[in-house]
Amino acid sequence: MKTVEEIKAAIEAAVPGAGVEILPNASPSAQHSLLVNPAHAIAIAKFLRDDAELALDFLSNVTGVDWLDKEIVEKVKVPRQVSKTVDGVEQIVEETVEETRKHVEPGYLEAVYHLFSMKKKHGPVVIRMRTANRTDKVELPSLTPVWRSGEFQEREVFDLYGIVFTGHPDLRRLLMWPEFKDHPMRKDYVEPDDFEYEPTAHDKVLERAKAHKDREQGTGNREQAGGTR
Amino acid sequence: MENELKIELGKQGVFVTTIEELYNWGRKSSVWPMQFGLACCAIEMIATTMARYDMARFGAEVFRPSPRQADLMIISGTVTKKMAPQVVRLYNQMAEPKYVIAMGACAISGGPFKQGYNVLKGIDRYIPVDVHIPGCPPRPEALLQAFMTLQKKIEAQSLTGEDRPRHLNAEASGEFPVPEQGEHDLEPPVNRLVWPLPAQVK
Repeated sequence: MKTVEEIKAAIEAAVPGAGVEILPNASPSAQHSLLVNPAHAIAIAKFLRDDAELALDFLSNVTGVDWLDKEIVEKVKVPRQVSKTVDGVEQIVEETVEETRKHVEPGYLEAVYHLFSMKKKHGPVVIRMRTANRTDKVELPSLTPVWRSGEFQEREVFDLYGIVFTGHPDLRRLLMWPEFKDHPMRKDYVEPDDFEYEPTAHDKVLERAKAHKDREQGTGNREQAGGTR
Repeated sequence: MENELKIELGKQGVFVTTIEELYNWGRKSSVWPMQFGLACCAIEMIATTMARYDMARFGAEVFRPSPRQADLMIISGTVTKKMAPQVVRLYNQMAEPKYVIAMGACAISGGPFKQGYNVLKGIDRYIPVDVHIPGCPPRPEALLQAFMTLQKKIEAQSLTGEDRPRHLNAEASGEFPVPEQGEHDLEPPVNRLVWPLPAQVK
């Protein structure tokens, strides 16, 4: 099979302006993945499926990843003008000062697709797509029209992560009930408070049981009790 | 009547009994379970009905496919929050007298999935359970033991008096509220009339 670099080159040759990025996997498996621009995703998917040499005709797995907002602290060297007394004379001297800067990198939701070829007996090729953020711009193009096996798996990702797949033929919740509002696999999901009884509570379970007890008695601080529900 | 006298009369060919005994004997000897399974415990339940363990010995071989014809509900497996309303509704549809065996760790408490967001932490939060069986899954012998325990329970029920069973009490209702599937959890998360306040957390 082609290497990831070769696949990237092939995609960029076939789909103009595709903008594929390689996400290296440092682990021994070295299963590098391709980050795909959602705007070109359908064209890229069709190319990967129909290309004679790749022939990735089987979508084996779709999954989601939730990446929270990341606070990045970095040390930057900044030139600054400082007034100093040099040899008894006050002068303005240019100096480089080290400064710590913080900025928040917005989080996003990610859909990961594992592709195999039944015809050529090779794979997997891993492609990923990222949403713009985690709150309101969570749309990604559905690849179900290209690989039919993605239908239920994309529904599951929609259910548990809240990625809205545009172009999906039947996007409903798969595992949770339709009235359910949360997305349980997101990292900031607050579990329902139904932990009142635990005969052998310990560690985190004990904390939750205690928090529940505080809430039940109306004495506990809601913030402290770990959640709003 | 004294037991010895009863045996003596039996030797003479005279059979003496009470209405209560006869009534309970009839009920305990033909408990018809409902045919439904929820998870892996159901496989053990099926094994119990097959030739090796043979639940027919206890008069319970007829698994009815309709709740209207059944009087024992074996909750065999994990009850998810998505499934819980349907389980309660099936229980409501059963005719009195009706009994419940909660089979396995999941059905009695949520079991290994107790920390999860999607599993009900014991079906006894919504409907009264007569016999709990621990185990993951319980062996067929355990289900037979539970069944015999239920038979003993039926046998001991008195037809009159304050402690008579629910189906002989015109005021007692055999229907239990079906929980709604809310935005975050089942509403209400527990029926306090069935599941009283649990032990205090220390």
